[in-house]
Amino acid sequence: MSKPHVIVIGAGFTGVATAHDLALRGFEVTVVERGPIVNGTSGRTHGLLHCGGRYCVKDQESAIECIDENWILRKIVPQVIEPNGGMFVALDDNDVEYGESWTAGCDACNIPYERLTPKEALEIEPNLNPDLLLAYSVPDGTFDPLRLALAFAATAKSNGAIFRLYTDVTELLMDGQGTVTGVKIWDRSADERGELFADVVVSATGAWSGQIAEMAGAYVPIQPTPGVMVAYDRRLVSNVINRLCKPSDGDIVVPQRRMVVVGTTSYDVEDLDYVPVNEEHVQLMLERGSELLPTLRNTNSRGIFVATRPLIGAGIPGRSVARTFKCFDHKENDGIDGFVTITGGKATTLRMMAEKTTDMVCQKLGVSVECRTAEVPLLSYRQFYALQN
Amino acid sequence: MSTSKWDVTFLVYRKKGQGTPHYDEFTIKVNPDEYVLDAIERIWAYQDRSLVFAHACHHSTCGACGMRVNGVEKLTCITLIRDVTADGGKVKVDPLRNFPIISDLTVDMGVLYTRMDEVGHRPVLPLSEEPAEPGVKPVKIAAEGDIIRLADCIECGLCISACPIANTTSGYLGPAVLAGALQHGLDSDQHLFSLVEGENGVWRCHSAFECTEVCPSYVEPAGKIMELRKQVIWKRIFGIAK
Repeated sequence: MSKPHVIVIGAGFTGVATAHDLALRGFEVTVVERGPIVNGTSGRTHGLLHCGGRYCVKDQESAIECIDENWILRKIVPQVIEPNGGMFVALDDNDVEYGESWTAGCDACNIPYERLTPKEALEIEPNLNPDLLLAYSVPDGTFDPLRLALAFAATAKSNGAIFRLYTDVTELLMDGQGTVTGVKIWDRSADERGELFADVVVSATGAWSGQIAEMAGAYVPIQPTPGVMVAYDRRLVSNVINRLCKPSDGDIVVPQRRMVVVGTTSYDVEDLDYVPVNEEHVQLMLERGSELLPTLRNTNSRGIFVATRPLIGAGIPGRSVARTFKCFDHKENDGIDGFVTITGGKATTLRMMAEKTTDMVCQKLGVSVECRTAEVPLLSYRQFYALQN
Repeated sequence: MSTSKWDVTFLVYRKKGQGTPHYDEFTIKVNPDEYVLDAIERIWAYQDRSLVFAHACHHSTCGACGMRVNGVEKLTCITLIRDVTADGGKVKVDPLRNFPIISDLTVDMGVLYTRMDEVGHRPVLPLSEEPAEPGVKPVKIAAEGDIIRLADCIECGLCISACPIANTTSGYLGPAVLAGALQHGLDSDQHLFSLVEGENGVWRCHSAFECTEVCPSYVEPAGKIMELRKQVIWKRIFGIAK
């Protein structure tokens, strides 16, 4: 009997991780992506490998997912992670007070932390605001966004997954009885059109998942929420620096290579395919970021960019929405079989999102194979280019 | 940022499958403080959905969006439109040289990636593991001063595209790869030494320094090639590179 074939739409973090998990569990996999690997939200992340500390007060489910996956990713894909650590820094009395619920949250979620005096914190990070009141060190890290995705994609490819890049899905194929049977595609690099058939189609299109679901007449309660980030051209810190406060605008500084990235904000958007920069937010990043690192004011910006988070839930303000993910079997809600959507979540939880999605595909096809992605080390990301499709 | 908009015409290289390459013109309104990549993305979003171009991080950490802008290699996500043209002006955008073209502005950089693996280059390293310069103690972030790290190479391919030797010899390892080889130093591995001192290694370089000129990550590949030459000579004479 031939293996069941699954089409994954989207080569963002969730798509490549799902392709890897499916291929590892023995499925035939084709990934269809309209651009190169991670050209949408995933590529444009600030690259924070979360320890969960940003969510441990209000959204403990996400916080626990983060710390669990943080340890796993360090193990399976160390090649793309800088295990530099992070700090939560209190600058005023409100921050210090928030610290009490924050430490309780960390305890509840199993996030290790260590209290640092201002002197200790400044010894590690001389560019921190010298007026800081206290700091906690945590196991944050940073990852290289493109290379994280490539490592999953390379390993998927080595297990037989086929990647169709620069290929748009123009339509979902339906059998007339409410089952999705494949996709119509437009390969833009060769300017060729065609059809691909599958036992299950997985939409891993994040902020765009509402649009893909609509093609099948299905519904996903997705709230695309862009945020502005600014990269500055000096590496002012070794660690990730978080403000010790409830998540808000410009409260995080993530070092990457010779840069620091300050993020992020939250606003509404109409057209997902081109989201303009909100210029007031650029100024806000400088103001808020320089509260943590005063030298930011003497540092040139290098790149200003926008990423659109796929938040689940409709009609709720962006910051209040839980950052967890959800996998939808459209048979349950919309009566459409052969079609699954995975969306929400964060880069740090990509592997876990893929596991739940692959579990759902297995269950739909009556296949019983254990997930092994938490143990299997990923290949060199460069193999994605070396291996033939 | 400026609020006045410019009209800019982009001349974009196009190629599909076995079709004949040509240029298409797109005139769009831009803010001069936007980046060239923003304009290209908008041309795709609003004027021509068939356009193929590579990009990912939009802030110079991934190396996906290298192109030739008015004939010069640029990382388009950090290249301000104001720096390459004027109001009413034209911007010519080509794919990188010295790589096979996949379509339009996208090239296949597989050879570069494979060679980077071959010299054992590690692209993401903690500051504690890679010193700023060979032989220098691990870096501590200082309040002042710059650092140069080989892990900062983002494999964007700009140096290979700009290199006159890579243009004549596809076998030449090329600036990024040779700079990457220095990360371990020549004492680490005999295979690495043979590659670096071999016919496609450091002696092919003609010291044009084009690579250093276009490098967006301050890796300064040309200087690294000179350093490698020193190491090769030391190793030949004294048996160790340093």
